[in-house]
Amino acid sequence: MSRKVCFFASALILITGAFTMLSAGSVDHSKFAELNRNFSKPEDLTAACLKCHNNAGTDIMKTNHWLWTRKTDKMPGREGRMLEVGKKNIINNFCIAVASNEPRCTSCHIGYGWKDGNFDFTNQNKIDCIVCHDTTGTYEKFPTGAGYPADKDTVFPENKKLYKKPDYKFIAHNVGKPNRQTCGSCHFYGGGGNAVKHGALDKSLLDPSKEIDIHMSKDGGGMTCVDCHVADRHDIKGQLFSVSVENKDRLSCERCHTRNPHTQTLFVEDQPDRTYDIFKNRLYMREKPEENFTSRVLDKHTERIACQSCHIKFYSTKHKTKVWWDWSKAGEKNPEGKPKVVKDQDGETIYDGKKGEFRLAKNAVPEYYWFNGTVDHILVGDKIDPDKRPIQINRIAGECGGSDSKIWPFKVIRGKQMFDPENKTLVIPKLFGPKGSGAYWNDWDWAKSAETGMKAAGVPYSGKFDWIETEMHWPLTHLVVSKENALSCNDCHSRNGRLAGLPACWIPGRDRSLVFDIFGILLIVGSFAGVTVHGTMRYMAAKKRKED
Amino acid sequence: MSKKVYMYKRFERFWHWSQAALIFFLVLTGFEVHGSYRIFGFERAVVLHNYAGFTLITLIAFAIFWHFTTGEWRHYIPTTDKLREMLLYYFKGIFQGERKPVGKSQKVKLNPLQRLTYVGYKIAIVPLMVSTGLIYYYVAHGDIHLRSVKYIAIFHALGAFLLIAFTIIHVYMTTTGHSVTSHIKAMITGWDEVEDEDITE
Repeated sequence: MSRKVCFFASALILITGAFTMLSAGSVDHSKFAELNRNFSKPEDLTAACLKCHNNAGTDIMKTNHWLWTRKTDKMPGREGRMLEVGKKNIINNFCIAVASNEPRCTSCHIGYGWKDGNFDFTNQNKIDCIVCHDTTGTYEKFPTGAGYPADKDTVFPENKKLYKKPDYKFIAHNVGKPNRQTCGSCHFYGGGGNAVKHGALDKSLLDPSKEIDIHMSKDGGGMTCVDCHVADRHDIKGQLFSVSVENKDRLSCERCHTRNPHTQTLFVEDQPDRTYDIFKNRLYMREKPEENFTSRVLDKHTERIACQSCHIKFYSTKHKTKVWWDWSKAGEKNPEGKPKVVKDQDGETIYDGKKGEFRLAKNAVPEYYWFNGTVDHILVGDKIDPDKRPIQINRIAGECGGSDSKIWPFKVIRGKQMFDPENKTLVIPKLFGPKGSGAYWNDWDWAKSAETGMKAAGVPYSGKFDWIETEMHWPLTHLVVSKENALSCNDCHSRNGRLAGLPACWIPGRDRSLVFDIFGILLIVGSFAGVTVHGTMRYMAAKKRKED
Repeated sequence: MSKKVYMYKRFERFWHWSQAALIFFLVLTGFEVHGSYRIFGFERAVVLHNYAGFTLITLIAFAIFWHFTTGEWRHYIPTTDKLREMLLYYFKGIFQGERKPVGKSQKVKLNPLQRLTYVGYKIAIVPLMVSTGLIYYYVAHGDIHLRSVKYIAIFHALGAFLLIAFTIIHVYMTTTGHSVTSHIKAMITGWDEVEDEDITE
């Protein structure tokens, strides 16, 4: 071990000691009288939390976790207009949109009771503190409860799982920092099930091997979500570009790994907003990497290529994710009159009468695009051009050589969904709801579902619908692996490598000038032919002279 | 009558053959980087190509030094004198068993055609390859900033094609000596056979 490492190690031990005394155990929530009573409903617990954490409510209400939107005036094509953009009002090609389907979708909202368009976003008692701060692992929201947990022990018919009424007192006594379980309870299950949506966020991250995720693996960094996704007054850093617009508030690998990660040691000092918990019992030092031609060239690569492009070799490494969702195929029923379900050899659903046809991918190779951190989205009510198929649900901005543009890996989810051919808008169907409400999952009538959904979303609807192909881009940034498991040069520097289809820029080994190559080959062939002819003629002439 | 003369000095032969080997290796690794085939793997091909390239640059530096300090550079002064005759010889006379219009001696090692070719090699192809090669290297390395290496790469590859064509013709031309292999033997041993009459002065 070098002297520098020794120095950092001892400095760390000191820092860790100091922070252990300061943070862990300085507050024992079970000793608060306020929390030593029985809570009949979750709002009562929230009220108790807010009595001491008296700024948390106002802080939370500014966050996108609460609002499901962010304010932006940088939306491509609509610059200068202040918009609120987020999952609340964008359209996707999974379950399409929130409007009219609230109680199902908002089971992942950090609030209680967002069951329709009239939710009161200013009522602090509706904040769900414990969905993020529970450390007992016993708290769960009910899948169709508009954000509420079960108020009595209930079995959810769809997955036959029992959802218990939470023991609020027990949970209140054991609150703490968010952990993999709490973050994962929503972010691993987006799209209605484990691994469905993101492609790089799924329950394998609860305890991944080094080959799945080097940072979160016990044998690797052992880090948790909030070690990177640090919060400032409940505003958590990092944003996902399937729902975000602007190139800001992004997390970056460089924060710890420096801008020259292949030749520098990790950089951990001088990060005032960083929680020091990550040092606890863990040593984040490594030897300075060897500096040679390759490592310097790799550092140079970081100017144009996101770290993720090489260090996420595959997405959905352990669990299958959806890469195709065709709603137009929905509606088939089995002989018992129930929605037909077809599973693949691994027991994963590939057809569901309620939802249509799926294609799944595991260990999938990402698609690569230039990306500068700005994304355009189709908002509820936006016009589309039905002649330009597939419809781009979100458009990734960026180009070779553009400022902030880097090559990024993406999961692209493709599918077919409803649109209104007369008004030229994507249709927001009502999927979830009781019989007679117009919900497709109970009434089985797309026309009614479209009409009800569009009405709830406040978008004019012609009464006609058809199906249209769509694509949505999800930048990949999790499931990072170390250099041993990352891409090698050959993966991109070859004629038919991973970047074969990437527009513009010169990639050695992939690109050539066909004109110059043909000229060169002709030159070589010509020289060879020339000397062969010359040589043969010499040989013949000499032979003839001899004979004479 | 012919006579043996010591034509190529030790350094000259060392320079010639190590240059030949390096160029062969550079072409082999270079066209892998170009994407034409896979032998070493892209990363290894690049690294090996770099080593070979810098070795060749070092060799070229020594060769330049040698040429100037020994005065050997004079052999490369281009001339049009008897150029026509040399060209005619290769297109006509050689088939009729004629003798080369320009002889070879220690004083005048190169005929006008050779002079022109080698001078072209030295002042066009080598500088093209060294300059594009170095720029390519330092762009990848991060010391030179370019929007794209596209044209650097294209011209570096063009030079490589020219070098291959040069080598094919060059090797073929070695067979036009006293015997098919005498020129090659001379470049290995240093001793060449020359005609008595050619030793003038």
